[in-house]
Amino acid sequence: MTEPSEQAKPADAALMAADAARAAEAPLLAVEGVSVRLGGREVLHDVSFAVGAGQFTGLIGSNGAGKTTLLRVILGLTAADSGTVRLAAANGAGHHTGQRARVGYVPQKFAFDSDMPMRARDLVALGIDAQRLGIALPSRRRRERVEQMLAAVDALAFADTRIGSLSGGEQQRVLIAHALISRPQLLLLDEPLANLDLASAQGVVALLARICAEQGIAVLISAHEMNPLLPVLDRIVYLAHGRAASGTTQEVVRADVLSRLYGRHVDVLHVHGRVLVVAGAGDDSDLEGHEGGVSGGSHSGGAEVVL
Amino acid sequence: MVALVAGVVGFFVVLRGSAFAAHAIPNGSFAGAAAAALVGTNTLLGLGIFSLAGALGIGWLGRRGRHDVVTALVLVLMLGLGGLFVSLQSQYAPETYSILFGEILGVSNNELAPTAGLGLACVVTVAVLYRRLMISSVLAETGAARGVDPFRVELCFLAVLALASTMTVPVVGTLLMFSLMIGPPAAARTLSDRPGRAMALSVALALVTVWGSIAAAYATNDPVGFFVTVIGAGAYTLGRVWATWRRGRAVGDNTGGPGRVERDRVVGRVAEGLLPS
Repeated sequence: MTEPSEQAKPADAALMAADAARAAEAPLLAVEGVSVRLGGREVLHDVSFAVGAGQFTGLIGSNGAGKTTLLRVILGLTAADSGTVRLAAANGAGHHTGQRARVGYVPQKFAFDSDMPMRARDLVALGIDAQRLGIALPSRRRRERVEQMLAAVDALAFADTRIGSLSGGEQQRVLIAHALISRPQLLLLDEPLANLDLASAQGVVALLARICAEQGIAVLISAHEMNPLLPVLDRIVYLAHGRAASGTTQEVVRADVLSRLYGRHVDVLHVHGRVLVVAGAGDDSDLEGHEGGVSGGSHSGGAEVVL
Repeated sequence: MVALVAGVVGFFVVLRGSAFAAHAIPNGSFAGAAAAALVGTNTLLGLGIFSLAGALGIGWLGRRGRHDVVTALVLVLMLGLGGLFVSLQSQYAPETYSILFGEILGVSNNELAPTAGLGLACVVTVAVLYRRLMISSVLAETGAARGVDPFRVELCFLAVLALASTMTVPVVGTLLMFSLMIGPPAAARTLSDRPGRAMALSVALALVTVWGSIAAAYATNDPVGFFVTVIGAGAYTLGRVWATWRRGRAVGDNTGGPGRVERDRVVGRVAEGLLPS
């Protein structure tokens, strides 16, 4: 679903080609040397990574690693003490003035009263232009756009149910539709899988992967558990103690890279297609989850489930 | 007019969970009326200044985290000031006491124009900020990511609340203003699952409450305030019972799925058609 590009005059063709070339090298999102201190504590230290257009990127790290802070810095909600966040327009025309309008966001925490007078459909419609003044008059175009979006996230079956009485997985789908309906180029999701059971989580991941591929939207998704995401990730940004390593999964999820990140030795185990990051070599009682929360698999230990 | 403002503003009071602020601001504005009586100026002016100061105080002090403690502090401070101003007055001031309970039928003609003007200002402000109020009430973080600063929205909303208090308090009194802003909107949201309709219903219910209370008070000679609170609470209770009954039926239907949703919608439409709007 590409946006209708401006009609180019022939004289502009060379310019367009140059722009296209620049777009190929300039990433959609470039985070460079970002450090953030909150309450005297260094939450992020010299974090750099890039997200290319249409890429599916996982932001992996345990609780407190700085994932939410990093997403807030990208959104402009938290100021970085040093470093820059650059967001390019997809057509390569350099800085986008209305950059916030081009980033969709699904926050980690949301709570809807069960009797809040708002259906799934209404919440998605609010996503079209919530920042505008005045009342949005109902129109056929708006209705159709909402209908299409609901269909895209498989939410038509519960489109007319109150948002507060939907299940966590259903609410997550509606929030994704709410974020996507403003046609962002980059979708940020903060721990969307945290409170979902395995089946719902896999459903949401499959949905995101499909949208990412079909609509060419770049996805940056944070998670403390990387395994449900591994099949679909193009790239990974691994955060530990406020430091980041980024690259493809093969480049990052390796014992030497992660050991450097954690500042201590960790092992990366491949068990029945799952990846476990295990701290304290030779000490099998000290599995992930202990000592600074080395993450990787939530079901570590003997009884491993094959996904 | 009072019902319209109470219905519209009250809708967002309930949606945002600002019921305590909606209690504190009209009650605190009592101090303004007392001060106005003491100095000898227009009651409306005193109400306006004090309710606006109270609202901005609550917004400013409560910008980090929860509102309830600062709201309570602002409320008791303003009530204390009100008590002081009343005691400073040598003679009995019926103006001040009428503020607490209102004079529904006692609004003079020259008060009518400013009251209507303030009411209109409230409704227009809510209409202009409608989408921002909605997003920051429902998904504050997402709104912030779109450039809708939740703190600024909160301040604007509290200012609207103050305006609404200023205009309605001389008519229905501080105590009834609170119940008019909570009862009808809370009942409306149990009856409709759409934001627009719930707001319209909320206005309709507030209107019914006001007229019904006046009629009942006239018939029985009991105070209007009693009927306002009873009708408000009654509408909410009926709404809850009805919503529970509807949900119970939906759960009892074992087939579930889209059929259930569709039937819920039909039941909802029929029921909404029965209600005055």
